[in-house]
Amino acid sequence: MATPLKAKVSVPRSKDTTVNGVKYNRSSSKRNNSEMYAWLFMRFSGVLLVVLIFGHLFVNLMQPGGVHAIDFGFVGGKLANPFWQVWDLLLLWLAMLHGTNGIRTIIMDYAEKDRTRVTLKTILYLASAFILLVGTLVIFTFDPCPPNADPSLLASFCPAP
Amino acid sequence: MADFEAREPESKVEIASEKGGAEGIKTFDVTVQIRRYNPELSEEAHWDEFKVQMYGTDRVLDILHKVKWEIDGSLSFRRSCAHGVCGSDAMRINGRNRLACKTLLKDLDLSKPITIEPIKGLPCEKDLIVDMEPFFQAYREIMPFLVNDGHEPERERYQSVEDRERFDDTTKCILCAACTSSCPVFWTDGQYFGPAAIVNAHRFIFDSRDDAGDMRLEILNDKEGVWRCRTTFNCTEACPRGIQITKAIAEVKQAIVARAF
Repeated sequence: MATPLKAKVSVPRSKDTTVNGVKYNRSSSKRNNSEMYAWLFMRFSGVLLVVLIFGHLFVNLMQPGGVHAIDFGFVGGKLANPFWQVWDLLLLWLAMLHGTNGIRTIIMDYAEKDRTRVTLKTILYLASAFILLVGTLVIFTFDPCPPNADPSLLASFCPAP
Repeated sequence: MADFEAREPESKVEIASEKGGAEGIKTFDVTVQIRRYNPELSEEAHWDEFKVQMYGTDRVLDILHKVKWEIDGSLSFRRSCAHGVCGSDAMRINGRNRLACKTLLKDLDLSKPITIEPIKGLPCEKDLIVDMEPFFQAYREIMPFLVNDGHEPERERYQSVEDRERFDDTTKCILCAACTSSCPVFWTDGQYFGPAAIVNAHRFIFDSRDDAGDMRLEILNDKEGVWRCRTTFNCTEACPRGIQITKAIAEVKQAIVARAF
């Protein structure tokens, strides 16, 4: 909505101000909506995660036997079901991205030197990417009925050896 | 009418006591610890302790006056109006950002020493005086002036009571920096615009007479803009004018989101 008059009013920017090693001016003038999308993502993924996490806890724990009933067979049975595959995949990706973004903001808030910030962020992104990759791989390639396993440990639908 | 004229104006009514009537006010000893810093003497800041006799009606600013005028003239601090309007004497009193001229001794716990420090996050120049330039730089960047594209009217620019009410809260800012220097994000990273700049942007963004709201929203959509706010409410708690700062920041966030979709 820039009108000719407004185009003439440029944003006043002071020269570089560095006092005691702390930069006080905004380092870049490039603007995009990335921080806004990150902020919105935190709100929406947060709401979704509440549903996903409590659904996950309810199904896993509110069964006869409670937490002690969870074994290889139970998990194998769940991961063989497309519904729970999608549920777990959403849970994995949303939780990982939500957590990664949260730690990213903490690094931004507390790291004082640019180099510390870059180093910590690199470690964070690599770690998150690794966990996401391995987690996704498990969800899609998990074999609930591995050959030569003790049949008493497997899910009920596994073919008898 | 005659009855009206016969009455003395209130300001001329004789006060019975000529002595100023201070006898009735109780006095007590106050211990105060002031953070001292003088780069010409030492790079290290240190605490100085003073014991002064104060009145029950006194403020923290009166302690600073008493110390400066009667004990140690080298104590440096800013103050101008001394009545909570100019915003010069924001400082950290007992760990909270307040105006020294609006903090009454009767509201503080006097059994322990009162601690007075400069506001955090801005470079300290001497004692309680900090360099306010980074603060005002952020303020200038949000363009704190009316921008209107239309023809200049011959009379005042009309604004309804409701439209004025929209940004009433944020017009109260006195630029004392109590909010910005109470913000933990600003403490470690001085690049954040800070609550005060956002409050003053809010004052124009929601002003029906202003046409540059879009541009101000774009400025605050910066990496260092409103999205760095973590809603810790430190600013709202610190504001000596009682501005709902965190709410104002949230309204600017909403306006940016609404503009994007």
